[in-house]
Amino acid sequence: MKLVTAIIKPFKLDEVREALSAIGVQGITVTEVKGFGRQKGHTELYRGAEYVVDFLPKIKIEVAITSEMLEQVIEAIEKSANTGKIGDGKVFIFDLEQVVRIRTGETGADAL
Amino acid sequence: MSRLLTLLAFLCAVSFAAVPAGAQDNPPEAAAPAAMAPAAAPAAAEAPKLDSGSTAWMITATVLVMLMTIPGLALFYGGLVRAKNMLSVLMQVFVTFSLVSILWAIYGYSLAFTEGPFNSIVGGLSKSFLSGIGPDTLSGVIPEYVFVVFQLTFAAITPALIVGGFADRMKFTAVLWFMGLWLTLCYIPIAHMVWGGGFLSELGAKDFAGGTVVHVNAGIAALVGCILVGKRVGYPREAMPPHNLTLTMVGASLLWVGWFGFNVGSELAADGIAGLVLVNTQLATAAAVLGWMFIEWLLRGKPTMLGAASGAVAGLVAITPACGFVGPMGSIILGGIAGVVCFWACTGLKHMFSYDDSLDVFGVHGVGGIVGALGTGILMSSTFGGVGYAENVTMMGQLTTQAIAVGTTILWTGIISVILYKVVDAVVGLRVPEESEREGLDATQHGEAAYHL
Repeated sequence: MKLVTAIIKPFKLDEVREALSAIGVQGITVTEVKGFGRQKGHTELYRGAEYVVDFLPKIKIEVAITSEMLEQVIEAIEKSANTGKIGDGKVFIFDLEQVVRIRTGETGADAL
Repeated sequence: MSRLLTLLAFLCAVSFAAVPAGAQDNPPEAAAPAAMAPAAAPAAAEAPKLDSGSTAWMITATVLVMLMTIPGLALFYGGLVRAKNMLSVLMQVFVTFSLVSILWAIYGYSLAFTEGPFNSIVGGLSKSFLSGIGPDTLSGVIPEYVFVVFQLTFAAITPALIVGGFADRMKFTAVLWFMGLWLTLCYIPIAHMVWGGGFLSELGAKDFAGGTVVHVNAGIAALVGCILVGKRVGYPREAMPPHNLTLTMVGASLLWVGWFGFNVGSELAADGIAGLVLVNTQLATAAAVLGWMFIEWLLRGKPTMLGAASGAVAGLVAITPACGFVGPMGSIILGGIAGVVCFWACTGLKHMFSYDDSLDVFGVHGVGGIVGALGTGILMSSTFGGVGYAENVTMMGQLTTQAIAVGTTILWTGIISVILYKVVDAVVGLRVPEESEREGLDATQHGEAAYHL
C-alpha cells in the first residue's frame, strides 16, 4: 500500500479530485498549507513597513491506495494539477505499512 | 529617556518657533468666548431658553461620538493588532470608556467646566456628583445634562486613543490606573484651560472641537507611553501585520461618520455654523484620504487600505480644531496637508527616532492635531474663506496663540504623563513579561481568545 501526498495550487483542487474519482480513488484528505519552492512570494505594505511574504497558500492532498494503483494515481494528479507555471507543486510517495477502518476493524487492502 | 526628551524638546521648539518677535500683536482677549464654554445667563438680559431642535440634535451628536469610541476606535485599533491581542485592545477601549464615564460624573465635569480657585488652570468641585444640575438646568439652549454627557464622550475617547501607543504589551491593571490618573491630571486641566474658562481660552486660542484638548493631548501621552513602556518584543525585525484590515476600515468609517457628532455637535446648537462645520469636516477628511493615498502610492508603489483609513483619521483630526473657523476650500487644503504630513510622521519621523508607537497615535493624532491647530490660525483668515479673526487680532497673532496652546499642552501632558507612567510602573508594573507578550494578551490578561477557527 502507498500513501500519496501531493502539494498543489489551491484552485486545482476540484480538477484533481475529479481526476482521482474517475480512476476509482474513493477517499481523500485535504489540508490548507503554506509553502514555497522556487515560486517567489510578494511584499505587503503597512504604513510604510514592508514585509516580504515568502509563503504561498497551497493545498495538500493525501490518498491511501494499493500499490497497483500507484502509476495511475501519479499520472492523474500530475495531469490535473499541471498549469505549466512555476509553483505547480510536487507529489510524494510513501510506503504505507498498515491501514485500519475504524468502524469495522477491517485492515489492509479491505480498509482502503 | 534622552531620546524622549529630545523628541519633546523638538516638538516644543517647533510649536514655539511659530511665535515670532511680533507676539505683541495679540493682546490677550478678555474672556474669549471659546465655542465650548457653556453660556452663563447674562445679567439683566434675556436668559436662554430650551431649544428642542438643538437639544434633539445634541443628544444625537452625543450618541454619534459614543459610536466613535465603541465600536469605532475599538475596531480601528483592533484590526491593526495581531489576532492574539484583539480582545485586549477591545477591552482597554471599552473599559476606559466605562471608567471615565463614572469619574466624569463624580468630579470630572466639575473640575473641567466650573470656576475654581486656580481658574486659569482648573475648575472647582461645585458640581461634583453633578450636584446642582437637574432636568431643567440649562447650559446655553440645551439641558445641562446633555452637555455633561456630550463632554463625557470627549473625556472618554481621549484616553482611549492612548491605548494605541502601548498596544500589545501593557498590563490591563496598569492601563486602568493610568487612565484614571491621566484623565484627572492631564485631560481635565487642558479641557478647562481651553474650554472651561482657563487661560488658553482667555488668550483667544481657537480649538473648535478639541484638536488640542483631545488629539495633541492623547498623541503626546501615547508617544511618552510607547517610549517608556518600550518596543514590542521582536519589533522591528519580526513581521506584525494587521490581522484584520476589514475591521480597521469598519472602525475608520464609524470614526468618520461619528465625527460629525464630535465636530458639528461642538457648536452646541442646530444652526448655520453647524452647517459650516458639516461641510468642513467632510471635505477635509476626503482630501486627507486622497493626500495620504497619493503620497503613499507615489513613494511606495501601491495605494493601501490602511493608508486610506489612516488618511481619513488624519484629516478628521486636523479639521477638529478648525471646523468652525475655516472655510470649505480651506478645509480641503488643511485635509490634504494633514494627509501628507501625517504619512511622513508615521513613516519617516517614526524611523528617524525609532519609537514603537504601535498604532501611530502620535503620528496621526499628535501630529495631525498640531497641523490642525496651527493651520486653524492661518486658514481662519477671511482671505482663505474663513470666519476671520477677532478684533485687533492679526494672523501672526492668532498663529502665536495657537502655538502657545499647542506648546502648553505638549509640556503639560508630556511632563505629567512621564510622572504618571513612572508611578504606575512602580505600583503595578507597566509591562507584561515577555512570555505573556509572546503568548498574547488575550490569553494571559483576559483568559479568552478572540477567534476559535
